[in-house]
Amino acid sequence: MAEMQVEDKGKKGKKPKQKKHGTRVDLTPMVDLGFLLITFFMLTTSMLKPQTMEIGVPSKDDVKEEEQNKVKASQAITVLLGKENKLYYYFGTEENGVTPELIETDYSSEGIRKMLMTKNYDVMKEVEQLKKDKADKKVSQEDYTKRLADLRASKGAPVIMIKAADEANYKNLVDILDEMQICNIGRYAIVDITPDDLAMIDKKTGGAK
Amino acid sequence: MPKVKVPRKSTTVDMTAMCDVAFLLLTFFMLTSNFVAKEPIVVAVPSSISEIKIPERDIITVLIDKEGKVFVGLDTQNDRKEVLDNVGKAYGLSFTEKELTEFSKIGMSGVPITQMSAYLALKPEQRDSKEAAIGIPTDSLNNQFKTWIKTARQVNPKLRLAIKSDSNTPYKVIKDVMATLVDIKENRYNLITSLEKDPNK
Repeated sequence: MAEMQVEDKGKKGKKPKQKKHGTRVDLTPMVDLGFLLITFFMLTTSMLKPQTMEIGVPSKDDVKEEEQNKVKASQAITVLLGKENKLYYYFGTEENGVTPELIETDYSSEGIRKMLMTKNYDVMKEVEQLKKDKADKKVSQEDYTKRLADLRASKGAPVIMIKAADEANYKNLVDILDEMQICNIGRYAIVDITPDDLAMIDKKTGGAK
Repeated sequence: MPKVKVPRKSTTVDMTAMCDVAFLLLTFFMLTSNFVAKEPIVVAVPSSISEIKIPERDIITVLIDKEGKVFVGLDTQNDRKEVLDNVGKAYGLSFTEKELTEFSKIGMSGVPITQMSAYLALKPEQRDSKEAAIGIPTDSLNNQFKTWIKTARQVNPKLRLAIKSDSNTPYKVIKDVMATLVDIKENRYNLITSLEKDPNK
């Protein structure tokens, strides 16, 4: 801008001879400063906001003892998180004095996920269909969210009880909650581990230690 | 042979364009940035496929490290003074205005309330040391963590809870924290995780 003014004056009047140089400012230091600040901001910012998992836990008063046991034995799957990233599960519940068989698995896609997906096959199939419909724009976003929630909570779907031993770590818990998401399981609960469960794990590991 | 005269060109490049670009980027970074909050301990969060983003403001972060030390951080600076004042009162302690102001500058803290005065008297550099990161007591006899959350909730009812814990934290600690939260009827909270690819997609 400053340059233009000088040129204008020169053309019009021709008399006031102004020195042409000096109107140009060396911008190098300014660029330096600019980039320095950019570097600072780039290093101090966290561009990605952390992801979160939302969980809701029932408060103590509104869970009655009977309600907890309401889960049908045929639908119930209990997942036990043991120490050293060990994972076990059994079907049914251990009431009536029948001890269900404990099966060892792992956190990989071939382990617990495969089992849950087979168990939850009907729901998985419908969710898949729903997702396809959504991709084809057949269902709206709200409709999708609502139907997804409905599907996940459908009656025939398995109910998972997550029981973590004290030695399990936080990653295990997040992993298993994640599996619930992946396998579209809407009904699950984090329950305290019972001495019976611990005994079962002990028996399974064969008292090796 | 006559020498070919190479016209001498000035070596200075016009920096205006570069300057423009630099400041454009600078503006972009300044506007999009939110500063990384300083945390007293480093935690490696586990990953999950959940894509829910954490809310912008009004979050109370519960930081749990590998050894089970618990820290509490409020993101709204204005509430911090009131929270500390009320927590202090609950334990029969009072803090001076200077201490309260000092506290409002700290993003995350984890010292037993009885040692808070001493902690606030430290220089900012000293607060980051390992010895200063003690953690808030969570055991059932002296559950100061409970008081913190309860007080924070009273001061700002809109607060949302976020638990940020290390991957290797034993479940026992998590269980205690969760049980405490259930006790004071905090039933919904967020677990902070990093992003992982959804195998279904």
